[in-house]
Amino acid sequence: MAEFLIRNGYVFDPLNGIEGEKLDISVRDGWIVEKVSRTARVLDASGKVVMPGGVDIHSHIAGSKANCARMMRPEDHSKDPEPKTRYARSGVGHTIPSVFTTGYRYARMGYTTVFEPATPPLKTRHTHEELNDIPIIDKGCFPLFGNNWFVMEYVRQGRIEELAAYVAWMLEATKGYAIKIVNPGGIEAWRWGGNVRGLDDRVPNFDVTPREIVRALCQVNSLLNLPHAVHIHPNCLAEPGNYQTTIDTMESVRDIPIRGHPIMHVTHVQFTGRKGWSWPDVRSGAPEIADYVNTHDHVTIDPGQLIFTNVTWMTADGPAMFALFKLTKTKWFNADVESETGAGVVAATYKKSNYVNAIQWGIALELALLVKNPWKIFLTTDHPNGGPFTAYPRVISWLVSKDARKKLLDKINKTAKRRLDLPGIDREYTLYEIATITRAATAKSLGLGFKGHLGVGADADIAIYDIDPPEVDPAKEYKAVRKAFARAAFTIKDGRIVVKNGEVVRAVRGRTFWTRPQVPEETMKTVIKQLESKFDDYYTVRFANYPIEEQYLSASRVIATSEGA
Amino acid sequence: MSKKISESVVCTFCASGCDDLEITHNRRTVDSARNGCAISLSRFASIRESRILKPLIRTRGNLRATTFAKAIDRAARVLNNSKYPLLYGWSQTSCEAISKGIELAELVGGLIDNTTTSCHGPTILGLQDVGEATCTLGEVRHSADLIIYWGCNPIHSHPHHTTRFTVFSKGRFRKTRKDRKLVVVDVRRTDTAKLADKFIQVQPNGDYELLTALRTAIRGEEIEQDSIAGVPVDTIEETADMMVDCEFGALFFGLGLTMTAGKHRNTEAALALVRDLNYVTKFVVIPMRGWFNVTGANEVTTWQTGYPYAVDLTQGYPRFNPGDTSAIDAIARGEVDAALVVASDPVSHFPGAAVKHLVEIPIVTVEPKWTPTSEASEVVIPSAILGIEASGTIYRIDGVPLEARKVVDPPAGVRPDVEILDAIINRVKKLGARR
Repeated sequence: MAEFLIRNGYVFDPLNGIEGEKLDISVRDGWIVEKVSRTARVLDASGKVVMPGGVDIHSHIAGSKANCARMMRPEDHSKDPEPKTRYARSGVGHTIPSVFTTGYRYARMGYTTVFEPATPPLKTRHTHEELNDIPIIDKGCFPLFGNNWFVMEYVRQGRIEELAAYVAWMLEATKGYAIKIVNPGGIEAWRWGGNVRGLDDRVPNFDVTPREIVRALCQVNSLLNLPHAVHIHPNCLAEPGNYQTTIDTMESVRDIPIRGHPIMHVTHVQFTGRKGWSWPDVRSGAPEIADYVNTHDHVTIDPGQLIFTNVTWMTADGPAMFALFKLTKTKWFNADVESETGAGVVAATYKKSNYVNAIQWGIALELALLVKNPWKIFLTTDHPNGGPFTAYPRVISWLVSKDARKKLLDKINKTAKRRLDLPGIDREYTLYEIATITRAATAKSLGLGFKGHLGVGADADIAIYDIDPPEVDPAKEYKAVRKAFARAAFTIKDGRIVVKNGEVVRAVRGRTFWTRPQVPEETMKTVIKQLESKFDDYYTVRFANYPIEEQYLSASRVIATSEGA
Repeated sequence: MSKKISESVVCTFCASGCDDLEITHNRRTVDSARNGCAISLSRFASIRESRILKPLIRTRGNLRATTFAKAIDRAARVLNNSKYPLLYGWSQTSCEAISKGIELAELVGGLIDNTTTSCHGPTILGLQDVGEATCTLGEVRHSADLIIYWGCNPIHSHPHHTTRFTVFSKGRFRKTRKDRKLVVVDVRRTDTAKLADKFIQVQPNGDYELLTALRTAIRGEEIEQDSIAGVPVDTIEETADMMVDCEFGALFFGLGLTMTAGKHRNTEAALALVRDLNYVTKFVVIPMRGWFNVTGANEVTTWQTGYPYAVDLTQGYPRFNPGDTSAIDAIARGEVDAALVVASDPVSHFPGAAVKHLVEIPIVTVEPKWTPTSEASEVVIPSAILGIEASGTIYRIDGVPLEARKVVDPPAGVRPDVEILDAIINRVKKLGARR
């Protein structure tokens, strides 16, 4: 593979503490190296910003529910066709793009790594089929554990070591990356049309509480030394007043030992950061949550920024989806998965004039601006729930510019504007902080030591944006910033130029990351015996047919659990 | 030669995806099969019957044996010379092959459609209007205390459906037949109906009215007629009460709903009925898809193009407009000028008007066995039977993916669909470059 030298760019590399220095970056064989030879191809980046490739920690891009959503919403695609080109396959956008288009659109924004954050284990073969088909970017997926029968039984019996072995078996069987919890216990209650009301409600027929499930899985995460934290979508999603459940969920695992990284990542907090007792009375719980995050080191969060546009809601949280469907009365998909989890999909629209939507928009921005340490909060829209991932450049413009926020604040629901703290917040993100929340901090949180930075030994995943830092003040020229982040001048994946001036010029194949945690052999044997004896009772698929072989992944990369520490 | 026993083999007949077969076999032949239904067992027993063993090309009116390379070349030329090629079939092959099919359709600028178009197409159109409250089959097995089969006869079409997933299955919360009620709605007393606690005989083409009456009844509204679609209102109200009072209901419907008068309006009403029931209890619906990978055909086509079937790629991007871009309509209008048929038999299954045009145009068939479609073809390329002679991913009716693994070798020289399609793609690319 050719060598090349990215010359004279303004480098933003937060993991190495580099803030806008004019530096050359050397690339050889897909890696960043100290030096290249004189024959190396030179890429002139003068007057441009150079960052590591973007790393998205939470975006529903693949798998059963994403595909249900695509199938249910032809109206979402027909207005956004993506014709084939010399280099790229055809497809469709918009809120749930087809797989090829998903890869291209991420790459066009300078993103090179994306994680699908909720895969039902039984259907994860499907998730991998789609991930295999997504071009350019590296990816991975988080299997769902929070309503799994085996998990709840081990938790009830207090057998944490065996639970850890089960989780290890499952991560290997599904080629999953991290533990995901969605509405712990609530989806099992949804089997009978119900839900749980909070952390200490009992799960029907299983005699455990969401608190016990969450604590046990966090202990397991710590025991297995997994590269990422437990990734959680708490109980009571979308309900007014749920900010307290979110804080309680974070507080419930405060005492669990941390091995070098946070034990819990609470995702799309905009949906679980609401104060108030009813819809007309919903307020932002962002200040309280931000305060908690600012004073505790065992948690990180992402906001799940809302965008005023058409969206598709999709989550494993079946009961929450049905509750929201009753408000929208649009189209509703539900797909429960035996002994494991559920899923719901609803078509929706966010409007500036809508009081609740405007509050949601404000909660997400308040979170991003009030959490002081950018290593504790990551940029997401919870694609496609808060908005499509293609809206990231717009979110960046709101973060870097008070003017950009004010412009929209003047157009949103007046009552919402009055009740939000947002108008009084002056903070404006620097490009360094943007680089942190979009690549450095996410890569760190995921335990991907070779991603999210431009130091020697890192993957040569690089984004070059058309922003000239000495000339451009992001706070004033937020439109230029937005445009630059929407269409990378260059995206380099594994040392190859894949995007030039916002257009795909080459479609390489990305890898799929997964983890293979180590557990004592004896415990694993015991657990496999238990699985074998119960499997036919719990599933309609045979034990032998459940695991996904490594060859199934078109490009597999195991992340050793020690790398995560 | 030594015998081998393969366990947990996935059956590739219907879309129930039974994965508990036990096959005794040699390297090339199946000795015996266990655990399968009668259809599954006969499928294994007859793998060598009516096989096409050599690639064939029509020369001076007759199909004559040729080499693989020549057959691929002719197939590629047929597609390359076509202005509006149709790539059809896909429900009896692997997702990997379907993926190749879409790539080929994009390459030659064609129309790709799967057998959904002539079975559960209306189900998808209904789903696009109201959504679908569904689950995997195991959830039904564990929890359902009310099972409804509507316009389908699983005893014959999906023979193990009742024993593995519904009334005769044993789940966590429902142990025996007594824990569940079975309602069958059909125009005649089928063998499934004979097992029912309640059989409702609906007038032919009266499904929409009956579904609407049920939706009315579950809302507690009064129905003023004495009977609807041949069913007394008392029966309708009793059934509505059963639905409302159950803890977990499951509706399964088949072609009796999708292919009778009303079509997607029927399925829309059925999906809406189930949705409405979730306001008062838990209820799910699972359409009784037919072929073992018709669900997979919808899944792959959807994640790659955004649409589940009837996808037109002639403009260089996907378009979906059933009635316009669906196979039968495009053929019947006389627009399609060449066809690639993979693992399907449209000459037997399509309406007369469409078949009349279809047999006039060059057809390339990729298929293990002799069918009327292969008889009418210009090029015939024999393929390995998926799940017996070739491995690949398939999807059950409930969207659970399985890997169907190869058990025996295919006849000498016979290749899997994926390889054949790959060869055609490569040839088309070469021919394109030469042009």
